[in-house]
Amino acid sequence: MKIPLSYNARSLLQRPASTVLTALGIALVVAVFIGMLALANGFRAALTRTGSDLNVLVLRRGADAELSSGLDRQSTDILGSSPHIATGADGKPMVSPEVYVLIPLPRAGQDTTALANVVVRGVSAAAWNVRSNLHIDEGRKPESGKAEICVGKKMAGRFDHTAVGDKLHFAGRDWNVVCRFSAGGSAFESEIWGENEQFMPVFRGEAFQSVTFRLKDPAAFEEVKRSLEADRRLTVDVHRESEFYTQQSQLLGRILQILALMITSIMAIGAIFGAINTMYAAVASRSHEIAVLLTLGFHPRSVLASFLVESALIAIVGGVIGALLALPVNGIVTSTTNWASFSEIAFSFRITPALLLAGLVFAIVMGLVGGFFPAWRAARMQVVQALR
Amino acid sequence: MKFFPLVLANLGRHRLRTLLTVASVALALFLFASLRTVVTTLASAAQFGSARRLVTQNATGIVFPLPLSYANRLQSVKGVKAVSYANWFGGRYGDGKRFFANFAVDAKSYLAMYPEMVVPQDQKEAFLRERSSALIGRRLLDVFGWRVGQNVTLQGTIFPGDWTFTVRGVYTPTDAVINDDMLLFHHEYLEERIGRPGIAGWYVLEIENADDAPSIAKTIDQQFKNSSAPTKTGTEQAFNASFSTMWGNVSLLMGTIGMAVVFAILLVTANAMMMSARERMGEIAVLKTIGFTDRTLFALVMLETGVITLVGAAIGLGGAKILYRATNFNAAGFLPGFDVTTSTLLLGASIALLLMVASGLVPALRAARLPVVQALRRAE
Repeated sequence: MKIPLSYNARSLLQRPASTVLTALGIALVVAVFIGMLALANGFRAALTRTGSDLNVLVLRRGADAELSSGLDRQSTDILGSSPHIATGADGKPMVSPEVYVLIPLPRAGQDTTALANVVVRGVSAAAWNVRSNLHIDEGRKPESGKAEICVGKKMAGRFDHTAVGDKLHFAGRDWNVVCRFSAGGSAFESEIWGENEQFMPVFRGEAFQSVTFRLKDPAAFEEVKRSLEADRRLTVDVHRESEFYTQQSQLLGRILQILALMITSIMAIGAIFGAINTMYAAVASRSHEIAVLLTLGFHPRSVLASFLVESALIAIVGGVIGALLALPVNGIVTSTTNWASFSEIAFSFRITPALLLAGLVFAIVMGLVGGFFPAWRAARMQVVQALR
Repeated sequence: MKFFPLVLANLGRHRLRTLLTVASVALALFLFASLRTVVTTLASAAQFGSARRLVTQNATGIVFPLPLSYANRLQSVKGVKAVSYANWFGGRYGDGKRFFANFAVDAKSYLAMYPEMVVPQDQKEAFLRERSSALIGRRLLDVFGWRVGQNVTLQGTIFPGDWTFTVRGVYTPTDAVINDDMLLFHHEYLEERIGRPGIAGWYVLEIENADDAPSIAKTIDQQFKNSSAPTKTGTEQAFNASFSTMWGNVSLLMGTIGMAVVFAILLVTANAMMMSARERMGEIAVLKTIGFTDRTLFALVMLETGVITLVGAAIGLGGAKILYRATNFNAAGFLPGFDVTTSTLLLGASIALLLMVASGLVPALRAARLPVVQALRRAE
């Protein structure tokens, strides 16, 4: 026979102080767990969203990032005339040979030594359509032949002179900010875009860094990869855009995740010790009750289950409080350098329902582990001794 | 102190509880020390730099090179004693999973510029003599199992192709902040293989007088202002600091987690102390009856808490110090010189004291104010 749940609930209310303290300890662990994984999640999500399955990114062979790549005009012309490129609504091929550089900009509100390496991307007119999730929130696209730039949504507020209508100074001249764009929360939102032909002379001269194009047939990626990499006139690596950016998130994403798991598992051990203390004390102070339960004919297994449930109840309360504590960080924008590309990337903490659930499960596991030995002791209690 | 045996006896009563509580405090302070050391290590990396060294880089950004021809012009600037230069190479070894920094440097002047990198004389000569040789940090011997005399091949990501170097020397940094897992090779070798474009990533200058740094930096930048590649010159410390700030707000993140950790453990110890005190109400009443003063009882509970938190702190903080020392931890090259500082240890100790007060206060006060008659009646 099972011991009713209300027995456990009432027992917990009998000792409110230690219940609350133990639950709060677990809550803090869960909050840190969710918060840190939300950070890793947000970073990964930003980069994963950057690439599209429909697009192909071409770099110089051996280059592991756009920054270290270089493609001359001849190569980009050959790539641009590939028959695999989709045609846009205007009848032109959807291809963008791009200039990619990093410029140091001081973070707003900090001293001038706090520099961030911001991505400046020179694109072709077609790029705005090749990247399907792009949307101009304010202003108009930069015009060809003019010193005009469009800044990503996440630049605003973090760097000075990035509002529409401002002039931003870099590479020895002023650039008019004519628009602000969003890109579905992706890494593009941390970039500055302008026309590739405008950027080329002021930065690295006659070379592009990458070519991105829309596939005519997304299923034909492998064939496109084979044919371009085998082309004797080219020395290139062909990546699916989505895979490339996911790859770029791996180094830091893994560091963040390992850090999260290490910190929370150490914290969890502390919280489990707390739960063990609480439950042992509970068992000790209720030895009379337990003996009575056993005398009444409750199976030791029921007593074991009952104390485990009680411990799990504390943990669930803790888990829920922890999830509530962590929730406010959702959406907070933070930034760091993605060391795989050496560039500054802004992203939001991202709490998903799955993560909340994981936090709750984590809490319950802590409760069960912490409750096991005390519950075991309760179940094996010698009735006669306990009653005496 | 004559009551100390009593405190110990009390601690020994619930041996498991005492053990678990001490262990939680130890874990918490271990974590605290680790998190804070991340912050102090980044801060000391940002502080590092000789006051007599300046770095000249391309004003447009660190990823843009400067002409090699600037070397002579920099050398002739008044107050500049020596000039060296380096180039980020960005080579990968093997599967590329273990990242390490590799540079092409003007070998002779670079080693002279950095006396903090100690190389045995014979190895130094061997390295300088051979153009395709490499000088590696001591840690790389362990990381990749490389040996002096061995050929190692890196895949260039910026400069394509396979690059084979012969390891001729191993350096040991005297300052822990300098990475001990870099690979340096001859800039001349790089130039030769990529068709002599004549580029340097950045210049390092040694100046005669540290006080002249601002004026020399200004003179240099003025001189190249209207050239094809304008420069930005600053102290080496500012150059290093710019890399540390790239991490963004790490200290806030670490600080927040650290607070959460300390607070979580406060709850655990406070709970344990309260449980102990509650169970001993009858005893405390007896002690009072036989003449223990309120003050003594307050002190006894505080002392008991103090033993738990301070022993826990000693284990946690000492463990962190010893563990990171013994394993020579540097977070795969990201945090060179990772070592728990004395200030972290002191801060950890004060946290332990704070923990003692915060978790012991309520039970201690309760013990001191306990009405004897009532407690004895309840204890029966």
